[in-house]
Order: sequence, then C-alpha cells, then structure tokens
Amino acid sequence: MAENVTPRIRVPRDATAGETITIKTLISHPMESGQRKDSDGNRIPRSIINRFTCDFNGENVIDVTFEPAISTNPFLEFQAVVPEAGTFTFTWYDDDGDVYTDTKDIAIS
Amino acid sequence: MSFTRRDTLLMAMGTAVAAAIPFKAFADVDADIEAFTGGAEMGNEGITLIAPEIAENGNTVPIEVDAPGAVSILVLATGNPTPAVVTFNFGPLSGAQMASTRIRLAGTQDVMAIAKMPDGSFVRASQEVKVTIGGCGG
Repeated sequence: MAENVTPRIRVPRDATAGETITIKTLISHPMESGQRKDSDGNRIPRSIINRFTCDFNGENVIDVTFEPAISTNPFLEFQAVVPEAGTFTFTWYDDDGDVYTDTKDIAIS
Repeated sequence: MSFTRRDTLLMAMGTAVAAAIPFKAFADVDADIEAFTGGAEMGNEGITLIAPEIAENGNTVPIEVDAPGAVSILVLATGNPTPAVVTFNFGPLSGAQMASTRIRLAGTQDVMAIAKMPDGSFVRASQEVKVTIGGCGG
C-alpha cells in the first residue's frame, strides 16, 4: 500500500488568454515495479500509479498511462493552453484503487 | 580468487543465458509496437526524443519527447523486462505535444519513442542510453 502520497504541482498563477503554459507535477509514490525481490527472495508485488489525467474546466489536457518503468515519485512536465480563467484538475489512479486528486486555479491577467 | 574449470563453465553458461534474455525482450518490443501502430510503416521526421547519452543511475533517467501535432506518444525501453514505459495521450487543450518524465532503465539500451499523428501515420525516434547502474533492483 502506498502511504503518504502527496501531489506537488506547479502552475503559473496567471496567464494571458490563449497562452501556452508549462505545468510540472510530482507525486510521492514508491512505484514498486513488481520486478524487485526482498531479502528472502520473494517478489515484491507491483504497486504503481497506472494513469494520470489533467483536465481544464472539464476539457482534457493530457492523459498518461504509466508502466512499471516510471521512476519512484513520478514526475511529469507538459504544456497546456489556457483559453480562459478556470481550474486545472489533476488525477492520479493507483493500482490499489486509490484515486488522488488536486486542483489548481489560474487567473487571466 | 582463482577459477576452477567448473566455475569457468558455469560462468560461461551464465553469460549465454544473459545474452539470450534480450532476444525475449525484443519479441515483447515488437508486440508492443504492433499493438500501438497496427503494423503501419513508420517515418523518422517530426519527433524528437531527448535522453542522456550516459545515465549514471538507471533508477531515474530524465527523458523528453516532442512531436508537434501528435495524438499520442508511446515510449519504449527496448532492454527492460517490460519494454512499455509510458503513453502520453494529448487532449484538445494540450498546448504543445511534448512531455518529460523520469524512467527506469535496466541497463544500457535503446530508448524508443513512437508518435501517432492525426492522419494515422506514425513516426519513430530512438536513442541509445548507457546505464552505469541498472534500475530494476535485480
């Protein structure tokens, strides 16, 4: 089970309408690949975040499928267009069924 | 430390097994590519894959893919036990079809990125990354 899963997101506070902005996200998660073995030689079961989505005012920005080859504490950087003021919704889907969400507001300057 | 004849033979067998493993992985790579592209021909223009030439730690290798106009990008690590790494699907509000993340590499290998274009064509880029310490915890 993943514990202390904390998302960290960097979104600019404001942007001009139609501007393309860079978003950086990082979520603390062990991303156990299912390949490793413990000291007794038993395989440690896979436990990763398998999907990440980012939406802006209900419209999709990016939808990412993660495989076990993504590093611990998955980091992601991508670009989004901001047509109007609104809210970014970030969602991570864990293998164990947990869903972590966070939101960030952005204003039009 | 001195090697007996038996040790030497065992080591030789180990090397042969290690050499055989990548062939299995290559079969998986082909299956993953087939699943993504449906066997379509792939071009080489219009996609950029940025990865370090030498990665000291295979546990966290920064990569960046950029394919202007792409619908989705698949990243494969051809030498990993499971080659698929990540799939980016770009939505209508995606500003530029680029993304960067950090991946695990089991050893020195080619990292490949395949982008699906809106017209249904595919483009591919690959780069070799030398890994000093592998990232699979084996």
